[in-house]
This record gives sequence, structure tokens and C-alpha cells, in this order.
Amino acid sequence: MANETKRIKPADAFGAVRTIDRRTFGQLIESISDLISGTRFYYLLLGLGILLIYIAAMFGVSAMSRGYREVYGISREIPWGILISTYVFFVVTSTGLCIISSLGHIFGVKQFLPVGNRAVYLAVVLIFAGFSVIFFDIENPFRMAIYNIISPNFTSNIWWMGTLYGAVMFFMWLEFIFLLLHWHRFAIITGLAGLIADIAAISNLGAIFGMLHSKEYWFGPYIPIYFIASAIMSGCAAIIIFTFLGYKINNEQMDRPLESAMQSIAKLAALMIVVLFFFTAWNVLTGLVGGEGKRMAILAMLKGPYAINFYVFEILIGMVIPFVMLLKNRFKDMRVLFTASLLMIVGIFFMRYDLVVVGQIVPVLYELDVKEYSGLLSYRPSIHEIMLCIGGLGIVATAFLIGEKVFKGHKSYVH
Amino acid sequence: MISELERREFLKLGLAITGVFAGGTLLSVVSQFDRVFASIDEYKHNYPYKPHYCMVIQQDRCIDCERCKKACAETNHVPEYGYRTTILERYVPDAVGQKREFIPVLCMQCNNPPCVRACPVKATYKDKNNGIVMMNYDKCIGCKTCISACPYNARYFDEERHAVDKCNFCFDTRISKGEKLTACAAICPAGVRIFGDLSNPDDRVFKIVHQLQVPVWVLRPEVGTKPNVFYTKGLKGVV
Repeated sequence: MANETKRIKPADAFGAVRTIDRRTFGQLIESISDLISGTRFYYLLLGLGILLIYIAAMFGVSAMSRGYREVYGISREIPWGILISTYVFFVVTSTGLCIISSLGHIFGVKQFLPVGNRAVYLAVVLIFAGFSVIFFDIENPFRMAIYNIISPNFTSNIWWMGTLYGAVMFFMWLEFIFLLLHWHRFAIITGLAGLIADIAAISNLGAIFGMLHSKEYWFGPYIPIYFIASAIMSGCAAIIIFTFLGYKINNEQMDRPLESAMQSIAKLAALMIVVLFFFTAWNVLTGLVGGEGKRMAILAMLKGPYAINFYVFEILIGMVIPFVMLLKNRFKDMRVLFTASLLMIVGIFFMRYDLVVVGQIVPVLYELDVKEYSGLLSYRPSIHEIMLCIGGLGIVATAFLIGEKVFKGHKSYVH
Repeated sequence: MISELERREFLKLGLAITGVFAGGTLLSVVSQFDRVFASIDEYKHNYPYKPHYCMVIQQDRCIDCERCKKACAETNHVPEYGYRTTILERYVPDAVGQKREFIPVLCMQCNNPPCVRACPVKATYKDKNNGIVMMNYDKCIGCKTCISACPYNARYFDEERHAVDKCNFCFDTRISKGEKLTACAAICPAGVRIFGDLSNPDDRVFKIVHQLQVPVWVLRPEVGTKPNVFYTKGLKGVV
């Protein structure tokens, strides 16, 4: 069957639609039977994922009916909390996965091909998870769908980001379908369109923060650039984690090309850790000599309420420990790659949280020297917010598990 | 020899001139008001809005009675958890004599409003006729970017309207119905809030903003928003 599909070239693709229909239908039946034939452990995990989504949905419905003001930890002074940072976490990782997948599919670096399909699939899943989380942060999400089209504001980064991520979802889905159908030329075109839209989207996401001059901590060109660099790191970590888990779930051994791909990705991740370390160090150092607002925010991370987040999670767990682990092991053992990637992802989650929250803790009228704004503001995520973020993870886990069975370990790449 | 008290008074004067005591950057003593309230060159000589609504706040006259807050809330249906205008308190223990002052704040109706740029769906916009930063509640998607973008904390999410709410100089509730003053300006017993038309040379706000005798300043001029709410002190007998 594989040989038969390879013969279908994009040029005569439309003529071959009927053949593919039959083949796809056959594959679908096969996939469903595969899904049914999973192990008990697999179903336990799948059940857990679905349960998480269900519980989070209950919290979401409760939040909507009681009003976000009542159940979320956000306030007038800190209107963006963990839901926004988790959204950023998901979509930035998704961009990273898109970049990783493009290395093989679009830029022809053969070494990265074996992880391509899984990366494209997960990129779509992660954007969807991000949208699901932010759905419960935006007060009128349905109005958004209407006015985004009939009343667009082209100077707004939020508008560009939302619209571009919508385009990314569209192109990435198409790319994934074309990859499954082995229509490689179409896959490359849609993949490239997706990649361009994705890079534009993530830099606009960064610019949402970078162009808010009311907040000194965010303002400037740093965040859009930082987001692209850190997207690659989180994309590397995510694809290592999911590929490792995928092979565990399917109870299969990785072949040599895949292991080599994983090692290359781990090396790229290690490089990105160094890049990110420089970003972080210079952000801190420039902030310390800047205006009062930025200095206060930086000090809150260095020796204030966010010091544990910064030193333990961002620096140690997110960067130092995985970097040392990878280097010490010389990128050989898949289990070490997996553990280091897991640590990176945890660290990156905190990086996003700190970026969003610490940017808002200095009151905008701090320099008026008034009683009301004499110190740092505080934010604590509520149980509703936390559960909705966990729901996002549930979506990722469930979609990943189903994807592994339905798309048979995402192995339909061309060697 | 200069007595200790005189020395302190002198220092206080110095702080007042440099803007430290004013809590903002001074305009008129350094003749910089053009730079602050105008976003483009032609604003300096030609105001783009007719009328160009603005407010001057006499900071030294506020006694924190909060009648403005109540009048605002009643006129504009502001819920108890939110505010369109509030009064901030500044306490300076080292000051000579009076150690406490009150700073009323509201939307600055900026000429270069960051909220308007940031809104994805034009739910908030600068009114083309009068320069007031308005809200179209029906369009607001509740992303709260405008709240984050505002350098003055002038916005909040109103659960009842299910949209972001802010001061609009009582345009829909009073000014468009023929009233001359906003609710807060009308109720203030100390005449703290002077509401008027900056494009009219005969208007008191025009005279205050364009005189050089007493300091006039705006909040956070460094963010380049060009506010239309000005602050002053010691205006008595000048304009």
C-alpha cells in the first residue's frame, strides 16, 4: 500500500481522489480498530485525559455562570493571570513544534524528517488547547468571532495574533492531511504558509506585551524576539517528550533514524538553552539600571515574591539542570533526553507565568507616590483558573493519545 | 543667617519646581505644554476637536469628600466594585506643614490613547468630534488588553454591562443632553474639577493651560499619551 501511495503525485492528485478515498476509508477502519485494541494502561491514561477535560469544563461553566470577577484571581490592576500565561505557553510551544517540523518537511534537513508528522499534529493540538484555555479568559468570545471580521483594528497586535493563529490552524491542518495523503508538494506549500503565519503570529503575541508602554517591564522589542527563540526550545522539549511517550504507548523500539533525530533535536534544545540564558541574563541586567518600574519588577524576581519561581523553576529546572544532564550524557540515552525535556517544559511554564504576572505587579501609578499604590500588587491563581489550565493539559494528553493510535505512531514519513 | 524653617521652605519650593512634590512633570514653568498635550505638530496651534473637552484638576483644593465618586457612580451606573474616577491619597511625612494631599484621577482622554491602539475590534475609539475616548459596549470582547494598556488604571471590566467601562466625561448621560459639566465637576464643593473646551480661548481651561504663572502638569508624560486631564496647584487669583 505504501508503494501505491508514493506513486500518487500532486500533479495527478485530483484524478486519484477516488483511489485515495477508498484507501483513506480503509485506513480509517484500520485506525479505529487500532484505537480499540489499545492496552488497559492506554485506556486508563485516555480516561484520565477525558476526565480532566470534563472536570475543567465543569469549572469553566461554573466560572461563566458566576462571573470571572468572582471566581478568578484577576483584578483591575492585574487583568491577565495564569489563563493568559498558559495560553502563551501552549501557543509558543506550538510555534516551536511548527518550526521543528518545518526543518525536515520544508527546509529539507532529512535528519528531522522522522519527527515531522507528530510535530505538525501536536502543533495543531497545542493551538487548540491554547484557544480552549483563553476561551475562558475572554469575557465575550462569541463576539470576538463576529467583530474580528466586521470591525478589525489593524493597529492591534491582539487582532493580528488571533487572526494569524486562526490561519495557522487552517494551514497546519491542511499540511497534516496532505502529509497523511503523501501529497508532499501541497504539504510543503501549506507547511510554508503555516510557518510564515506562525512566526508572524508569535511575534505579534510578543508584541502584545512589547507594545504596551504602560508597563515598563514588557515594553520594547525584547519579548517578540525572545518568544521566537524560546519557542524553538519549547518545541524541541515538547517533541522529545511526546515522541518518547508515543513509543512507550505503542510499545515499540525507536529505529536508528528516529534516535538520531531525537539527538539532533536535543542538541538544538541545548543550544537554545544557552541562547535563552543570555536573553534572561541581559533582561535582568538591563532592567536593573532602567526605570523604576522595570527595576522593581526585576527585583521582585531576584529577591522578592517571585524569587523561587525565577531561581528554582526558570533557572535551575528550566535551564541549568537539563543542560547539564544533556551534556553529561552526551545526548545518548533517550530516557535522559526525555527527563531533561520534561524539566525544560516545567521551567518554560514558569517562564511564561512570570513574564505575564511580573509584568503587571508594579502599579502603573507607582511613581505618583500615593498610599494606594505604594508597593507591589499581588496575584494568586484561583482554583477555577488552575483547573482550566489543567483542562488544557487534558486536551493535549487526550488528543496526543488518540493521535498515536489513529495515526499509528505518526510513522508515515518518507525516508 | 537662614533659619531652619526658611531653609526647609526653600527646599520645598525647589522640589515643587522640579515636580517632585507635584507628582508629575511640570508644564508651564518650563513652557513645555505643547509637547505634552499635542500628539502631532499641528495640534499646537490648531485643535483637532471642536469642542476639545478637557479637565483641569486643582489638586490642592481636593478634600477627599468623595462626592465626585458617588455622583459619577449614580450618573453612570458604576457598580460598587469599580470606578470611573477615584481619589488617591499622598502622604509625605517630611513635608513642612500640610503632610497629606489628594489626587483625583479619571480617564485622561489621551490624544494618543494606548487603549484605542490595542483594542482588536475598535470597541474603544477616539470620538472624531470631541476627542473623548468612548466605549462601544456591544463590540467589547472582554480581552482586557485596553485595561493592561492604560497607563492610568482608568478602565475596569463591568460585569453588568459585560464590557470594559471607563469615564467618557459623562457624554452620554449629561453633556450630549445639554449639560455643561460632568457629574463630578458639577457636584464638587471645592471647585477642584474644571471642565471645559480647550479649543476655545475664552474658556477657563484654555486660560489655565496656557498661562505661565502657576505650574500645570499631566500624569506620566513619559509614556507619550498626551493627556487631556491637567493638574495644577495655587491657581487662586491667577485665572
